[in-house]
Amino acid sequence: MQLALLNALNEERAARRAAIVVTALASGEQRLVKVADVAKDALREALEARLRSGKSGTEETPGGKVFLTVFVPPARLVITGAVHISQELAPMAQRLGYDVTIVDPRTAFATPERFAGIKLLAEWPDKVLPALAIDAHTAFAALTHDPKIDDPALLHALSKDCFYVGALGSRKTHTARLERLKSQGTTDAKLARIHAPIGLDIGAVSPAEIAVSILAEITARLRLGDGKR
Amino acid sequence: MQQEDLLGTAAAWRMAGRKVALATVTETWGSAPRPAGSNLVIDGEGNFLGSVSGGCVEGAVVSEALDVIAGGKPRLISFGVADETAWEVGLSCGGKISVYVEPVK
Repeated sequence: MQLALLNALNEERAARRAAIVVTALASGEQRLVKVADVAKDALREALEARLRSGKSGTEETPGGKVFLTVFVPPARLVITGAVHISQELAPMAQRLGYDVTIVDPRTAFATPERFAGIKLLAEWPDKVLPALAIDAHTAFAALTHDPKIDDPALLHALSKDCFYVGALGSRKTHTARLERLKSQGTTDAKLARIHAPIGLDIGAVSPAEIAVSILAEITARLRLGDGKR
Repeated sequence: MQQEDLLGTAAAWRMAGRKVALATVTETWGSAPRPAGSNLVIDGEGNFLGSVSGGCVEGAVVSEALDVIAGGKPRLISFGVADETAWEVGLSCGGKISVYVEPVK
């Protein structure tokens, strides 16, 4: 690989733009295809399929066998609530490769001391979530227990096709939440996408264990899609 | 802590003047521990980061990488099931993998 190509690739990765390296396995010839250039590429169909699956692999082409190394932006986790569970969840999620952002307007909770090395926004979700450009590569977890903060954030996440949406709270809390969100015009199909009570049922008790159960549930949605539990 | 940024490391090592090779899993058959696209970054001293298997064939890939760094030409190598009696390097899990090893120039 030429260093110039490697540097160009790393630049795309840093900017959260997808890219594919095409390597002709016989000749070693190599090129970088940026996501913006995929549509006009000779291998367009194969490249588009690879971007959708996110999986690297070999393809037979008229010019011989090529290897497509696929780079899609790392999944993101957006959390409302700079709470105790988030203090465990955020670093664990980073370890799993997630780009983590915590939103909490309560400045007593959202302090850098409690969240070293984590992107922290001490603002109301309505104000900052739109700028985060939440997409299908994003998981969202509502953890404040406060409807004033969690509800608008949940509505935003549900409108953006996040691959995972979860909300902390008991079944009773969640029933009340569903009624509130429904009265604001959210469809049943959208509401059914909320995982609540949040996390896989592994009997989690401590904040760290709850973080594990949440990340297990998020991993399942990322890797298995919506079908299987 | 973020996951290792192997390609960032490869670029940084090269720009610092180290000799560098990049190994990439290109195909897997059966039960292979790491998917296609997984990387191992190797320098001219045999230091490496990342993985292309669960640790089964990294040693062999590193020595291939040193040859590739010396020769300047990429190569595609395959590993099958380990045959302990023949002292062959392989995957004890029963899978097979192909690994593309190229110099970073």
